[in-house]
Amino acid sequence: MNIHEYQAKEIFRQYNVPVPGGQVAFSPDEAVEAARNLGGKLWVVKAQIHAGGRGLGGGVKLAKSLDEVRELADQILGMTLVTHQTGPEGKVVHKVYIEEGADIAKEYYLGMLLDRAAEMPVMMASTEGGMEIEKVAEETPEKIVKVNIDPAIGFQGFHGRQLAFGLGLAKEEIGPFIKFAKALYDVYMDKDAEMIEINPLIKTGDGKFLALDAKMGFDDNALGRHPDILEMRDLTEEEPTEVEAKEHGLSYIKLDGNVGCMVNGAGLAMATMDIIKHEGGEPANFLDVGGGANPETVAKGFEIILKDPNVKAIFVNIFGGIVRCDRVANGILEATKITDVNVPVVVRLDGTNATEAAEILNNAGIKNIIAAEDLADGAKKAVEAAK
Amino acid sequence: MSILVNRDTKVIVQGFTGKEGTFHASQCIDYGTKIVGGVTPGKGGQEHLGQPVFNTVKEAVETTGATVSMIFVPPAFVADAVMEAADAGVELAVIITEGAPVKDMMYAKAYATKKGMSTIGPNCPGVITAEECKIGIMPGFIFKKGPVGLISKSGTLTYEASNQVVKEGLGITTAVGIGGDPIIGLSYKQLLPMFEADPETEAIVMIGEIGGDLEIQAAEFIKEHISKPVVAFIAGQTAPKGKRMGHAGAIISGGSGTAAEKMAALEAAGVRVVVSPADIGKAVKEVMGK
Repeated sequence: MNIHEYQAKEIFRQYNVPVPGGQVAFSPDEAVEAARNLGGKLWVVKAQIHAGGRGLGGGVKLAKSLDEVRELADQILGMTLVTHQTGPEGKVVHKVYIEEGADIAKEYYLGMLLDRAAEMPVMMASTEGGMEIEKVAEETPEKIVKVNIDPAIGFQGFHGRQLAFGLGLAKEEIGPFIKFAKALYDVYMDKDAEMIEINPLIKTGDGKFLALDAKMGFDDNALGRHPDILEMRDLTEEEPTEVEAKEHGLSYIKLDGNVGCMVNGAGLAMATMDIIKHEGGEPANFLDVGGGANPETVAKGFEIILKDPNVKAIFVNIFGGIVRCDRVANGILEATKITDVNVPVVVRLDGTNATEAAEILNNAGIKNIIAAEDLADGAKKAVEAAK
Repeated sequence: MSILVNRDTKVIVQGFTGKEGTFHASQCIDYGTKIVGGVTPGKGGQEHLGQPVFNTVKEAVETTGATVSMIFVPPAFVADAVMEAADAGVELAVIITEGAPVKDMMYAKAYATKKGMSTIGPNCPGVITAEECKIGIMPGFIFKKGPVGLISKSGTLTYEASNQVVKEGLGITTAVGIGGDPIIGLSYKQLLPMFEADPETEAIVMIGEIGGDLEIQAAEFIKEHISKPVVAFIAGQTAPKGKRMGHAGAIISGGSGTAAEKMAALEAAGVRVVVSPADIGKAVKEVMGK
């Protein structure tokens, strides 16, 4: 789960990770009010969406007066912001963050995530603040300093020194930087973060470190023990069909093709997309009905797949282990009653109770159901049916 | 022969009396697995599925001599259960539970390693030595005995692959579902040498997916140390970047962990990589020259 910049900064404040003063606003009036509360003569109006590249897309603007704050907030609120991370359709801005202007002497990058190979977190810093870290890693990897932090010992001074000296910080800057990094580590561990990115981390004219931006994502499996984080979830930032699927125990991701897929198991679901492509078609979605597939979930799966008008055929690919094929077959029948399944459905059921399932489907005599023998046969027939 | 487990392996179940634990433990018993007891704190002294229930893993291990634990406890208690098993001297913990927090697994695996306990999973179908011992939730009837070792991140793809191998007139020595979480126990790199050393295993199938670099590590290892033929399939060739495909670890992040790079690395290591998941069985037959 991801959260907004303003929410991440709220969490940062709790852990004494220094951030500039700021306040979220949902209307131009609130934006002016926020700016007045913050005081000063310079403010930044920042669009709050779950995507990077907001500045380049025109979602981050500098205001030199309260009138300008109002004008910019009015402009940004409601706009559809397109960045390299939103996709071409962009995202509508529902709130802005009003932040006091900062005196930037130098920009850095500081981030933290799980190093899967080392099986412990890694903190990364770079002198190339403001740039995309993936790009830096590709073009000038020597400008990224990384340290693994073993949770058994926690964040130690030497971790901080490796980063600080790696960034070439001056002697008097090292102490404040280490303090900053240590606080960030605490946020990461305490909140079960999956990733934290501060880009840029700035050094101000008077030598202080401040998180000018903040991006945080969390381990979905750990949200149960973080009700405060769960409350920060913004459903308007998520794909509505994906949210609906999740509520019914399905894992769904929309893609651009026309062959809908309903599969049990994430690996087999990906493999099904792959074989559709291999047979010359394009998958319309990833859909894992999970281990508890029953008539209701299967029917829901059809409903969700058919919400996508591009879908011209559906490939049901089930290898029954815990999931019994006869139950899936009943689900398919159920679905044809509840939902108008108006496209050809290619069905491949194998594994537990596959014979019973075939009988159920045969006896039902539904005209747009096409039986498939195996994975390859099913993929071929589904691609053909979608043409 | 086989790897990791066989007909003599003594197994206890953590989360024995729960719904999942009960259902799958009884399926394992039916398959022939020597389930010698289970652990449910507070229910010690009772009998369940004809086996004794213990309050602690320590007690269970001391009384039954079990070396393997199959873990079904709810996600929030997985780390505790794994560490308890490690502390009690269990040699291998097979963690079936889905949804354990990554941070918990980080601590649990580090402690298991310190105590010399191997782990499989979490979020996996388990391990099965065909027609001998099933420790997990896979449908046993798909795994006929034969000369092929199987390592897979995905449950249902394991069944699919085994089914194809059996249809070609071959079969399975041991199949290990390693799971697709960001932090997992035994992986390709540790399991490949076990299959290499197993005299009954003549070929190895490895099924990977997008995310992380375990398959790349495997490719490097195969190049140097594996002489038996290996067939690989990587799921997620058509997966979009930055989207989590069901498994917590199945995500292409920052442009790395793609199927293409894994397939290329494996091919360069002399592995027979199939593009279509329907070709696994055929490819195994071919590389074995049968």
